[in-house]
Amino acid sequence: MTYLVIPLVKIVVILLVLILGAAYLTFFERKILAYIQIRLGPNRVGPKGWLQAIADALKLFVKEDLTPARSEKFVFLLAPVLIIVPALLVFAVIPFGPSDIWRLTDINVALLFVLGVSSVGIYGIILGGWSSNNKYSLMGGLRSAAQLISYEVPMGFAVVTVVVMAGSLSLVRIVEVQRELGVWFFLPGIVALFVYFVCGVAETNRNPFDLPEAESELVGGFHTEYSGMKWAFFFLGEYANMIVISAMATVLFFGGWLPPFPNLLAPLWALPAVAWVPPPFWFLLKVAAFIFLYMWFRGTFPRYRFDQLMRLGWKVLLPVSLANLMVVALGVLILGGRS
Amino acid sequence: MNMDLRADLLALLPELTLTAGALVVLLAGVGGGGRRHGGLAVTALASVGLTAIALKIAVDVSEAGRLFFSGMFVLDPFAVFFKVLFLLTAALAPLLSRDYLERHDYRPGEYHSLVLFATVGMMVMASGTNLASIYVGLELMALSTYVLAGYFRREVKSHEAASKYFVLGALSSGVLVYGLSLLFGELGSLDLAAMAAALGGAERTPTLLTGMALLACGFLFKVAAVPFHMWTPDVYEGAPTPITAFLSVGPKAAAFAIFLRVFLGGLEGLTPYWVWLVGGSAALTMIWGNLAALTQDNVKRMLAYSSIAHAGYALLGLLAGSELGVQSVLFYMLVYLVSNLGAFGFVILLESRGYAGETVADYAGLARRQPLAAFGMLVFLLSLGGIPPTAGFMGKLYVFAAAVNAGFVWLVVVAVVMSAVSLYYYLRIAMQMYLREGQEGEGAEVLAAPWTARAIGVCGVFVGIIGVYPAPFAAAARTTAALIGVTLP
Amino acid sequence: MLDWLVAHVVPIVFYTAAVLVVAGAIGVIWFRNPIHAALSLLATFLAVAGLFVLQHAEFIAAVQIVVYAGGVMVLFLFVMMLVNVRTLPREYQYVRSLLPAAVVTGGFLAAVVAAGLFARSYLAAADPAALTAVEGQTMGNTEAVGWVLYRDFLLPFEVVSLVLLVAMLGAIVMGRKDRREEDAGEEAR
Repeated sequence: MTYLVIPLVKIVVILLVLILGAAYLTFFERKILAYIQIRLGPNRVGPKGWLQAIADALKLFVKEDLTPARSEKFVFLLAPVLIIVPALLVFAVIPFGPSDIWRLTDINVALLFVLGVSSVGIYGIILGGWSSNNKYSLMGGLRSAAQLISYEVPMGFAVVTVVVMAGSLSLVRIVEVQRELGVWFFLPGIVALFVYFVCGVAETNRNPFDLPEAESELVGGFHTEYSGMKWAFFFLGEYANMIVISAMATVLFFGGWLPPFPNLLAPLWALPAVAWVPPPFWFLLKVAAFIFLYMWFRGTFPRYRFDQLMRLGWKVLLPVSLANLMVVALGVLILGGRS
Repeated sequence: MNMDLRADLLALLPELTLTAGALVVLLAGVGGGGRRHGGLAVTALASVGLTAIALKIAVDVSEAGRLFFSGMFVLDPFAVFFKVLFLLTAALAPLLSRDYLERHDYRPGEYHSLVLFATVGMMVMASGTNLASIYVGLELMALSTYVLAGYFRREVKSHEAASKYFVLGALSSGVLVYGLSLLFGELGSLDLAAMAAALGGAERTPTLLTGMALLACGFLFKVAAVPFHMWTPDVYEGAPTPITAFLSVGPKAAAFAIFLRVFLGGLEGLTPYWVWLVGGSAALTMIWGNLAALTQDNVKRMLAYSSIAHAGYALLGLLAGSELGVQSVLFYMLVYLVSNLGAFGFVILLESRGYAGETVADYAGLARRQPLAAFGMLVFLLSLGGIPPTAGFMGKLYVFAAAVNAGFVWLVVVAVVMSAVSLYYYLRIAMQMYLREGQEGEGAEVLAAPWTARAIGVCGVFVGIIGVYPAPFAAAARTTAALIGVTLP
Repeated sequence: MLDWLVAHVVPIVFYTAAVLVVAGAIGVIWFRNPIHAALSLLATFLAVAGLFVLQHAEFIAAVQIVVYAGGVMVLFLFVMMLVNVRTLPREYQYVRSLLPAAVVTGGFLAAVVAAGLFARSYLAAADPAALTAVEGQTMGNTEAVGWVLYRDFLLPFEVVSLVLLVAMLGAIVMGRKDRREEDAGEEAR
């Protein structure tokens, strides 16, 4: 039975950490935004406001769950599920550490799995917008569909750049290659990293690409009609997706679970004082840095207009990512890299 | 770059050149407000010319009888003959279209570029030795022609043509691919040689025969044979006339190229089965195509039914199957190409005010007003009808001889009777031109269209030479036929 | 119970996916609401991806999801939502004339399938060794697809890129504003 119990335990742990983490990200986000704007942020619930996230969750649990009268009931219910399930499913293949303990599975097409599963998440938004039977929601949903599809393409090319350098689609293998080469892929793939992260921000509908829910024009966007737990699902989905994008950026460009300069400073990392630090620590540290970047963006950038967004996607990011792929592929060819 | 790939690319040089030409035309067409009719037509012509040179180079440097791209591509004389045909069509198309496009005020850039892309597709088809490469070539050609049929967007008829062509063409592609998948399932390969080898020991299961039948249906659709001809009159009538001319020769010849190669190469082992299918279709095609043409008052529709009937004649050569049969089809395609393009050239010339020049009555009294044009039209019509001193007669002679040799006497009887019937509607136009007085202000004027006239001149020269002295052309077709047996088991 | 599940995971997944494929396909023509029909098709696509995984074609499965589920269907939905068709009216006239056609086509397909099944049953069972010889490459599925695509099928692959270019070109030619309309628009401005 152990072959079933251990993965189940891992799944439960990952899910709990994710959901708690997503809840607490809202708290951190509010705090960080507050500090950027030189104010205090939530500080009343619990010591220094630390219980704010729990209070919010409780509030969402007990709130009345409205379903608009002329909505498509089944699809209306399906949409939040469709957004959260893919977001959580991706963590089945994310390696948090080098050994089997630290991950759920290691499949040889993990990268494709991530791309495929996260591309299904778009249905949650578009169907949520449509089923609400509300013009604002529909516009938000359609905008989001156009946005996600547009940005998926350059993102795919950025990811392919890494695949070309690593010669594998396995996330574990990609990190291993970065250790073997002694260089993390963000150095040769700096353009790809840029494209990837910009697209990642757009894919998660975060500022400055948060047009689907632009409140000044679309009220709440695709989730205007949602309330209570269904709304919470959208919310959790957005934050889980942020974690996914950050985790993937970490794996693809920043050496996953590897400590900084794993080869150069190898003696240092072998010291007993440091060696007990589990690899996931480094992983989570890097993920946290990316998530901070997300929040920093939100605190500093204004929102794009829709046509600007489309132009950026198709006329800037797509050509840049394609050209970069060619350059990197040539580089790999000339340097006699892996084949 | 390894040597294999270098040889592969050299063999592919003509297609690469033409693709580059198509892209240049496309990009050049964007500038200048999209109105540089002459320049773009010349560019298209020049890329066809360069492609012809590239073809010569490719044939010279490539190892004879070798397969390229992992057995996907061959440059045997059979393929080269068809490629020359396609290049001839592609060279005449810009000539025929140039004045017409300017007169009707449509952008020439995309137009010429699509014609060239379609030609690339046809060239890939002619060289394909694997159903996969044949199919993608077919799709490239088909997609380009769907768009071209609907290119005149301000005309409702053009829309209708494009929609019908697209829907029915996509359906036929579906049928074709379905048959292809069944064959792949039974024979385990898409490679023609491997299929032929696998056929040797394979049981004739219903699935295998269904696959073969579906494949034949798809091909019969592409050559516009009865009962898969329904799209032809509407598409030919609605499409811009130069495109109708192009459609009636290029894609049809390409379809015959793959028909011959697949059914005489890969599926030769199934001849006893498909011969009835194709033979029946050929008979129906000749009968229905000619009978339906009798009742048409629109010249484009009449020529559409005539092209259906001609597909029926050419199918006789496929049925004959021998070396002579293949040779006769190749020769027939050349003859049909120059005659049909010439005839359509006159329709283009006459089509001035809206759709004038399309009805038979528009030709009334043409001989009096424009004796030269009337005589030219007469020559092409006689050639299509197969009257002795013209090329058409020689073409029919070869095909019928091959069919008689192979024992298809009854089909040849049908063909001869139907050829006689066909004279009625060809000569109906001739009668209008020579024996009817055109009323004042009625009937179409010949337009000043020097480019079109040049294209017609080229066709006329070919029709004349082939009719009087066919030997070298038939010989060109013959060498190829000898080699189809060598490269294909 | 659990052990039984684990031992039979492949048939269980197969039959679940197979039922989903068929049910989804039926749903596509059954639902009157086009969005529901599209969702039904989505279920079919996802289930087909599941079947691919069972055949160890992980790459194809992923492409199936990324391209069909993530791209094509989203665009379908996009168009349907923009034209805002909620429910199609019942058209009895069509139904009547379609029925014989459906019977004939369905009968033909059933006959083909039956012929295939029958032929297989009386010929011989497929040789398992032959199957593994095809699959038996030690390289992963993705590498195998790459090799086949870029070596054996290089030429068709490249020609397909031209096909796509022409398709795009055609869409632009067909969809672009007419030049006269453009000119009129410029003058108006």
